[in-house]
Parts: sequence; structure tokens; C-alpha cells
Amino acid sequence: MSKTEMIALLLAGGQGSRLGVLTKNVAKPAVSYGGKYRIIDFSLSNCINSGIETVGVLTQYQPLELNAHIGIGKPWDLDRMNGGVTILSPYMKEEAGEWYKGTANAVYQNIHFVDKISPEYVVILSGDHIYKMDYSRMLEAHKKNNADATISVIDVPYDEASRYGIMNTDPNGKVIEFEEKPKNPKSTLASMGIYIFTWEVLREYLVKDNDDPASENDFGKNIIPNMLNDGKKMWAYQFQGYWRDVGTIQAFWESNMDLIQRVPIFNLFDPTWRIYTPNPIKPAHYIGPNGIIKTSIVTEGCMIYGTVRNSVIFPGVFIDENTVIEDSIIMTNCKIGANSHINKSILGENVIIGDDVKIGTGEVVPNDLKPAIYYSGITVVGESSYVPDAAELGKNVVIDRFVTTDDYCSLNVPSGKSVFKGGVCD
Amino acid sequence: MKNAMGIILTGGNNSRMKELSAIRATAAIPVGGKYRAIDFVLSNMVNSGITNIGVLTQYNFRSLMDHLGTGKEWDLDRKNGGLFIFPPYLSDDGSGWYKGTADAMYNNLTYLLRSSQEYVIVSVGNSVFKMNFEEMLDYHIDKGADITIAYRDMSDLYPEDLPLLGILSVDSNNRVTDFEEKPLRPKGTLGSMGIYVIKRELLIYLLEECIAHGNYDFVRDVLIKKLDSLKIYGYKFKSYWRSISSIKMYYRCNMELLDPDVCCQLFVDGGKIYTKVKDEPPAKYNDEAEVRNSIIADGCIIEGTVENSVLFRGVTVKKGATIKNCIIMQGSVIESGSTLQYAVMDKNVLITEGKNLKGDDEWPIIVGRKTVV
Repeated sequence: MSKTEMIALLLAGGQGSRLGVLTKNVAKPAVSYGGKYRIIDFSLSNCINSGIETVGVLTQYQPLELNAHIGIGKPWDLDRMNGGVTILSPYMKEEAGEWYKGTANAVYQNIHFVDKISPEYVVILSGDHIYKMDYSRMLEAHKKNNADATISVIDVPYDEASRYGIMNTDPNGKVIEFEEKPKNPKSTLASMGIYIFTWEVLREYLVKDNDDPASENDFGKNIIPNMLNDGKKMWAYQFQGYWRDVGTIQAFWESNMDLIQRVPIFNLFDPTWRIYTPNPIKPAHYIGPNGIIKTSIVTEGCMIYGTVRNSVIFPGVFIDENTVIEDSIIMTNCKIGANSHINKSILGENVIIGDDVKIGTGEVVPNDLKPAIYYSGITVVGESSYVPDAAELGKNVVIDRFVTTDDYCSLNVPSGKSVFKGGVCD
Repeated sequence: MKNAMGIILTGGNNSRMKELSAIRATAAIPVGGKYRAIDFVLSNMVNSGITNIGVLTQYNFRSLMDHLGTGKEWDLDRKNGGLFIFPPYLSDDGSGWYKGTADAMYNNLTYLLRSSQEYVIVSVGNSVFKMNFEEMLDYHIDKGADITIAYRDMSDLYPEDLPLLGILSVDSNNRVTDFEEKPLRPKGTLGSMGIYVIKRELLIYLLEECIAHGNYDFVRDVLIKKLDSLKIYGYKFKSYWRSISSIKMYYRCNMELLDPDVCCQLFVDGGKIYTKVKDEPPAKYNDEAEVRNSIIADGCIIEGTVENSVLFRGVTVKKGATIKNCIIMQGSVIESGSTLQYAVMDKNVLITEGKNLKGDDEWPIIVGRKTVV
């Protein structure tokens, strides 16, 4: 048995608060995406497609659905005798337990997991990005450069660079400076949050970092700058291709819409790089005699009698006659009544929409309560909620999870307003 | 239902399925966009709580073995029981190919002897239906029957399909009074579904007796001969059922799946139908797509017109192609300007630009696997 060369540690603990009601009870990596996937499927599939068969998934925030989704790793072929997938959650220690304080602390608390496998390299991933990447090629570069750390970077537009961790490199790609969210970026090479470390070196820095009470225990803020200061060999690895952080409602919606183009910028139909996920046990989808579907993706188990345009439809969705769905994301098992019109909306799982409903009408007014999250005109209905017959919802409207028809103060919810469980209207 | 085991018979050659069965057992024939025929009986058994299932197979079983694997998809990868596949083998007493259904079971007597369940559900593997075998077993026990045969009023079949079935008559108490196997002129419309409940010990005894007399067929040589001496009852089934045993029946069954009522009976009520999964992305519709009254599986890319058709996984319909009343199996590609009507494309067929193929609903055109037209 050869020694495991590299394992992956997938940081999946993030709350993802900018996804609003979509992450109210699930971690961001567990949010549904792309018709049948969840966000974490992309990182997990990248692992198995790159030949990485040992993956630790670090979870913390609302892990129930995430853990259930990952299970024993079977859909990704990660149910292995040796290695496979292991869920690493915070736990009680002899003295006291502690939550993961930062990304570095999360890995620090699992040093013994890595030590037991004792790989030469670890790749640190976050579970909330949409991309296809061969980590084995990044490892080759890491080995060729004899690096201590290799950071995957992507070119971003100059005026967006100040939102990222920016790598300044010499002409060969060796990192000479790292700036976290710089005001005046010196380059446009943004860190994707994907790191390969030589484990021995990282281990040392994790221990040191933990002993430093002033540290925020974060890779970007502490570990990377510390290594650079000490003159460790750090290289940038240029990634070309589609990569999206889908951490906001707008980015999430846009990235879903990227999948429906004639030649999508992000292709799910690549037989050499499949994206795996637990498959729904449902029949192939059915389109009724008057159904119309254009520029959309539709998954198994749907029954579509109405019209679907520019939309992403998850498994088990029912869309009744004379209903039009446009520019929307409709998640698993939603039921939509007849004569309704849904425009630029995201419906969480198991949402029920009545007959003669209109969603996404009127002016774009940012949401009263959370203008920083709901501002771009997308209306979001939380999972398992009802929208009663003849209701009209405007733009940037938020319907909380588990809202029943009794919770509506009025059938007319203008743009920027919200409806909460318990009849709290705003 | 811990007290029953299952035996699925998938052995026979079937020339009525033409090219579709040239390379596969009828039980392995693709149905309904993502299933194979055997998925239905297998899922029914699993949904009824049966977890010890033997599949007897002989003819072109490679595709069937490939499909069934370890039985994992049906939750049949078990430490106790689970899925067993029994192809014929050469033994030192010179037996080999199964000479009939009874012979096939007799050749695997060890499996029957080693199992501990009191009852056996014996079923064919090429029917499309949803049935709760637990109810049938309860009925069998209530009746105090020796053998119970599932039957159905088959008047919704084409008259010419009736002679392909076993036709039976029952008295007011549902006791089987007459059973004719594949009669040229059926006396009635009550057709056997090829599903039997019987005590394991009794089945073993009947098989031994049958083979000892040099007979090999379970229906002809056991059921029909024992009509008077055994208590054989019928169990009436009323829901959707089709046998995949001729091209016409196959074509019609797939077209009937376009009826939401039939779909509900099969896929919504009373348990899921499991099948081997493929990791295909959701189906993609481009701007020109015109799709009506059709079943479309994952992994399809549709830019053309599709009406009244069943498309399996990973089918590509290019711009300007028209498909009406067709069954298109996995991985086929229909290029622009082509028109297909009343046609069945086997897997990985390529229809090049501008071709016209037209069959008839009584006589659909069959295009064999990997054919380039």
C-alpha cells in the first residue's frame, strides 16, 4: 500500500448569511444549485476526479442537511475502506469543547486526523465555490516548485480586486506579497481560497498560530502572511476557467443562469469531469401537451404543464397549466398552481404556490429589512412556505421559511416587503 | 415481509422483441426513459419487504448483470440474503442450459434449500407494473391456497396479444378452474401475470417431482397438471400492467407512460421504482426547443421538436430535428433536419442530417444499437 500523498480538507462550516433565507437552516455548501446539485458537490467531485480519495469535511453551522447529503460519500465514490470521506465537526475535549474559531483553527483542531493519515501534502478547499479544477495538476506545480505552499489564483477585473486576497508575484509566479482586500491592488491575481501545503510546514504554522492569542486563526489573515514573512516558498497557481463564489443572492442567481446558455460558460455535460450528487429516485420528467420549455434546465421527476423560460428547475417540481416561470430557480418538490406568473425568483424546496399568483412584479425597491442582501430585484421564498391563491408579490420580497397562508396580512406584498412566520408583516 | 423470498425468471429468448432483444434479455430492455423492465418487479419486491431475491437468467444476460450489479441500487447489497444472480452452469451430471422455467429453478434448488423464508414469490422479469406482494401473500394465506396466481382482466390489451399469455378461468371463490398456456383461441380475457405465491417446501417438492418425470416447464408441467390436486387460487390485480413481450406491446407501454394517470400508478403511489443511476446533469432545453407530451430523462440536450415521445438519458436532438411518437434510447443523437416518426432507436444510434424515418403505430421502425443512419 503506497502512502497517501495528498488529502483534502474541505471547509464547509460557513453560515453564508448573505444568502439570506436560503441559508437560514443549512450551511452554505448544502444550498441547492444547478438543477440537482448542492454547492459542495463541485468541490467533492473535483476531489474524486483529481484522484484524491481521502477527504475530511469540516462542518459546524447547521450541519444536519450537509451531513445527510454527504452520508458515507457513496455518490462521489468516496465510500472507501482506506480513506473516503470523514465528517469532522467540533467536539468536546477533556477540558472543554470549542467551536472552530477560524479556518486555520478548524484545521488545527483536526491535526490528529491528518497525522493519522500522515500525507505529504494537504489541499485546503472551501465548500462554497462553483468550479471544476484538477487539484493533481496544482500538486504537480507545487512539487515542481518545491513549494511550501501553493495558492490557486484567478484573474479578476481590476475594480473588483479590492474584494479579494491579492497575490503579488514575481514573473515566475512566486508570491512575494499578499494583501488581504487591498485598497489599491498591485495585481489582479485573487486567491480562490484553495491552498496546497506541505503538511510538515503547515503543521508547524498551525501550532504556532494557535499559541498566538492575537491571531484570528485564519488562513488568509494569519497563516499565509506569517509564512511569507518567514520567507517560506509560496507560489501562485494560475487557474483558468469558470469559478464563482455564489455567496450572495445575486451571484447565486447569476451562476445558476450561467448553466442555461446555449453553450454554457460552465458545462455540466462533460463526461470526463462529471459532477456527482445523490441522484433523486424519480422518473424522467414529463412535459404536458401544452407545455413549453425554452432555454432552461429541468431535472427528473418534474411534471410541467405550463411554460418555463430561462429557468433552473429541480427534481419533483409540478407546474400547472397556463403558468409562466421566467428567469427563476425553482428548487426540489415545489408545486405551482395554474394561471400564475413567476418572474426572477428563487423558490426554496417544497414551496407551494397557489393559482393566479404573481411574483416579481413592480419596481425594484431594496428589501426594507435587509437591503444589503435583497437589492437586485430577486424575490426569495423560503422552503416549505405557501403563497396563497391570487397573491401578488413584488421584487426583493422575502417570504420566510414555513410561512402559511394565515401569516399573510395582505395578498398584496409590494416590492421590498417581507412576510414572516407567525404573521409578522412588514 | 420477512417470510417471503423472491425468484425472478428472466431466462427466455424472445424473437418477438426483434433487434431490441438481440443483445439483451427482455428483462433488461430499457423502458420509460430511465428504467429497465426488471426494475419494476425488483422494486415491487423490495417495497414489499422482500430482501432475498434470486434472478434466474440464461439468454443474453450480460446487460442484465451489468444493470443489477451487487443489487446496491435496490438496497439489496445485504449480508443476509440480498440479490443473487443465477446463470446456467455446467455441472458434472451433465446438466447445463435451463430447459424451462421449472428446470431453471430446479438447477438452483440449493438456493431454495438454503433460504429460510416460508414463502416464495415467483415472477417473470419483463412486466411493467406496481404491486404490493405483501397483500398478495396475505391473500394466499387467508385462502389457505397451495399456489396463488396473480391475474388480471386483460381486455385492455390488443386481442392479438392475449395468445401470448396464460389464460385462466376462476370460480366464484377465485379458485382457478382452468389454465391454458398461450392458447391460440383464448376462452376469456383473464390473463396470468406470471406471478405466483407458493410455500418454499411445496415448491421444492413440486420441482423435484416435475424434473423426475422429465418435465421442465413450471406452467405446463406443474401448474396446469396440478389444477385439480392442489388448491390453486387466483389473485385479482386491477391496476396498470403491461408485459414487454413483443415490439408492439413494448412500444405501446412506453407511449402509455405519457398518460399522467399511468405515471402516477407506477411512480407516485406506493413506493419508488429504483434503477441503476447514472450521473447525468439535468436535461437542457435551448431556445428553439419545442417539446410536448413527452418524457425526457436527465442528460438530454434538446434544440429541436419532440412530441409524444420518450427520450432516455443523454439523447441529443439538434436544431431543426423533429421527433414524433418515438422512443429514443440512451446516448442517441438526432442531427438537424431529420424527422423521425413512430420509430424506436436503440442505444447510441446516430441519425445524420436530413434523414426521414417513418414507421406506423402498429409497426414502429426499429433501429439497432450503435447504428448510423
